[in-house]
Formats: sequence, C-alpha cells, structure tokens
Amino acid sequence: MKTFLILGAGTAGTLMARTMARKLDLREWKIIIVDRDEKHYYQPGFLFIPFGMYKPSDVVKTKTSFLPRHVEVIWSDIEKIEPEENRVTLTRGKQVIQYDELVIATGVEIRPDQTEGMLGAGWQKNIFDFYTYAGSVKLAEALKRFEGGRLVVNITEMPVKCPVAPLEFIFLADWYLRKRGIRNKTELIYSTPLPDAFTKPRANAKLGDMFKLRGITLEAEYAIGSVDAGKNIISSYDGREIPYDLLVSVPTNMGVEAIERSGIGDDLNYIQVDKGTLQSKRWPNVWGVGDANNIPASKAGSVTHFQHELVAANILAHIAGKTPEEIFDGHSLCYIESGRGKAILIDFNYDYEPVEGTYPIPGIGPFQLLKETTINHWGKLIFKPMYWGMMKGINVPLPSKMSKAGKKL
Amino acid sequence: MSSVLDKVKFDSEGFMTDPKAWTKEIGEAIAASEGMKLSARHWVVINFARKYFEENGESPTPRNITKNSDVTTKELYELFPGGPAKLAAKVSGLGKPHGCI
Repeated sequence: MKTFLILGAGTAGTLMARTMARKLDLREWKIIIVDRDEKHYYQPGFLFIPFGMYKPSDVVKTKTSFLPRHVEVIWSDIEKIEPEENRVTLTRGKQVIQYDELVIATGVEIRPDQTEGMLGAGWQKNIFDFYTYAGSVKLAEALKRFEGGRLVVNITEMPVKCPVAPLEFIFLADWYLRKRGIRNKTELIYSTPLPDAFTKPRANAKLGDMFKLRGITLEAEYAIGSVDAGKNIISSYDGREIPYDLLVSVPTNMGVEAIERSGIGDDLNYIQVDKGTLQSKRWPNVWGVGDANNIPASKAGSVTHFQHELVAANILAHIAGKTPEEIFDGHSLCYIESGRGKAILIDFNYDYEPVEGTYPIPGIGPFQLLKETTINHWGKLIFKPMYWGMMKGINVPLPSKMSKAGKKL
Repeated sequence: MSSVLDKVKFDSEGFMTDPKAWTKEIGEAIAASEGMKLSARHWVVINFARKYFEENGESPTPRNITKNSDVTTKELYELFPGGPAKLAAKVSGLGKPHGCI
C-alpha cells in the first residue's frame, strides 16, 4: 500500500484530498490528511465581519464535513518534514508517517511578532488584524465603539494573502463611517510598502482616483519599523511617523513554523515550487499547493481552485513515471468591494495584468472587469455559497486558465 | 559627452527593461544619475540582489536582503533612502516591485 500524504485541510488540502480520492486507485493508495485545527474558515468573509455585514457564524464550518470518505484524517500539528527520508513526524504521539507523494498545503499565518511593539499593550485594544477569525471579530467590537479620530490601515510587508483586502477594508470603512455619520470626524490613512495603492498601469489609470474621491490619504513606500503602543504612533524605517487612534494592521504573512523547523522553505517559510507545475524544485515527490507555496500569484482561494486540477494531473503523471506537463498560468480572480454596495472584478495571470472586459462570458458578462458595479458586488456575495459548495465537491464551472476572449488586452 | 547609459534601455520610470544587459559600470552610472555614490556597503546589497535575481528570476524583498546578508533593515534604508526595494532594484538593473493590481 502506498501513502499519499496531505499536510493541511484548508481550501487547498481539501480540494486535493477530494480530487486524489477520485483519481487514485484506492486499492493501491491510502490518502492521509493532517491538520491541527478542526474548523474550516471561509477566509474572504473575515473582511465583512468588522462592518457587521457577516456574522462570525457565517464563516465557520467543521473540516470533517468537507473531507471525503476513504481519507484518513489526523488532528495534529507537524513536528518535522524530512523530504530526504520521505518522512513526516507529527507532534501528536510523535507519530511518524512515511509517504510516497507529499502535498504541502499548510497555508499562511499572520505574524504580528515580526514587527517591534506590535504585540505590546495595544494589541487587540486599538491595534487589530482582520486576517484571522479572532482578529476580525474583535475589530467588529472596536469599530462599533469607534467615535472618530485617525483610522490607519498598514500593510507590513509583501507578499500578503489577498493583496486587495486592505484596499477593500478602507473602502468599506469609508462607507461604514458615513452610514454612522462619523466620517467627517475620521481621517482615513492607508500606508503600504508598495509605490502606490494600485501598482499596475491599467488598474492605476482606471482606479487611481478612488482614494481622492473618498478623501483617503495615501502613505506609499511606507515600511513599518515599529509600533509605539504608548504614544499610538507607528514609525517607518526612514523615520516617517503616523499617529493613530485605531490601527488596522496586515501583519507579516509567513508559512507555518513547521516549514522553518524543517529547513525546507524560503525566507518567509514558503515552499519553493516551479510556478507552472507546482512541483518542488528540490524533491520531485513534494508539491506545494495553495498559499503555502512561493509562486508569484495572489494567495487567494480562487487561485487554489484554478490550480488543483492541474496539480492533480501533474502528480498522476509523476506517479506514472512521466514528466508533469500541465502548466498553471497564475490565473487569479478577485472581487474588490468598494463600498456603497458596489465592487470591482479583476481577472489576471502571470503574463496579463488586470484589464477591462467581461466575465465569464466574453462580450456579455454579467460581470464587468476593472469597473465598479452593483452586479459585481452580488458576485462577491455569491462567492460564499459557491465556496461552501466547492468544498463539498460541487463543481465550479469556471475554467482553470485565464481566457483572453472579450478582454482589452 | 557619451555615457555607458547611452545604449541602455529604460522603462518610463527609469528601470532597466533588460536586467541581463546590466554591468557594474551601468550600476555606477545609474546610481550617479540618482545622486548617489556607491560604497562597499551598497555593493553588498547590489551583489546580493543580482545573485538573488539570477537564482530566482525576481527582485529580492527587503526581508530577503536583510535575512541573507549582514545589512540590517535600518542600514538598508540609510543606504537606499526613500524605498530600498525600489532604488536598490533600479541601481541593480532589476524590475520595479509590483502588487497584483
């Protein structure tokens, strides 16, 4: 009996388990999936919780409800991954698993500890993240109490999972504060290490005035060095100080510590893979799927969805002794909430930046790319039931590779 | 007066369009045009950036630089004021760092 081991039962791990359970001969293969947390979160929903648009219970289900039968589930953290020995040691009972093929889908963690002072007296008092369930729930309470002042959004360093979420957050904050009648008592400041809010030329040309129209101050090329929780000031490495009353931070994103302990990742604990095949650059029977890998694409669920069938085909080719030939094109699809019940849709890949056009039907839509529309907002809302359906194995009929039809390339 | 930069192609923001065409002389000349004189410490960063690019096909992030050299983040910002990832990438002949939108 051979062992197909999957580390992580989030979006990527679950999709891989289901696909491999269907494609592998289960008389020959045993599929094992390991995770330390029994809850499955719809992470895009974290954005809506601070504004009361989703209830916390809308975004949580149990992982077992999505994992197919015939897959052995082990609840444990990972002690060590040793690809040279084809071996993984779990923390629970120091259990050792020998594998034939390994999928690493351990995801991304936020690391506020990487910024000096971030975890000091202000953490979850007037400094919050919204990339975790706990963070977004606590931020919702803080926003309810907020009576105006300086609300600062800060991105610590790139890459972060879902790079558009901080933009969405500040647009939704603008709308939320207007509805509460305290927008005129609030300054909104967006600080980012990138050179602009929108860095791609086409997106910048179309969307560049969104900050000005909403009265949001942009602090670009801002690399945060420290947080002074006593004075409520953040400072950049080049000495720029930004005072805040409420700091909404996107802390450093990193792969899990088990990757670091095992010495098998890059400087941010991501698994280095070929960006086309998603096969490890060092060990041919190791695959990095979802946001645990280092490909230069958005770390979003849509990207994982577009990857999983291609990776499955590549793994099957590798098992059969053939060269993996399915190439992932970096396809990403994101709805960007812009407030007032509208959203922008972007569709892009490694080679093409977000452009104008329609999606998914060329020339028809119903969604408009790189434009702010109400129907795009409905698309964003439909993502949630679609996501839960996809986790249960209902096919999402969107092609993996980016289509060029109906787009102004 | 002719300069080593005469034959080098740049994009509209002053980044070299072909990183492979970069030489140390070009690096010096780009730095001079930005009003910088390169010290041995600048070269630690530039040499690392070039090596990182050759191995990974992309520009290093500030974290990549500080984690793999003895340059601290604070020093990095002193060496390349107002955005080290951007200015270091420019002098090293590499592309501008981008987000996805």
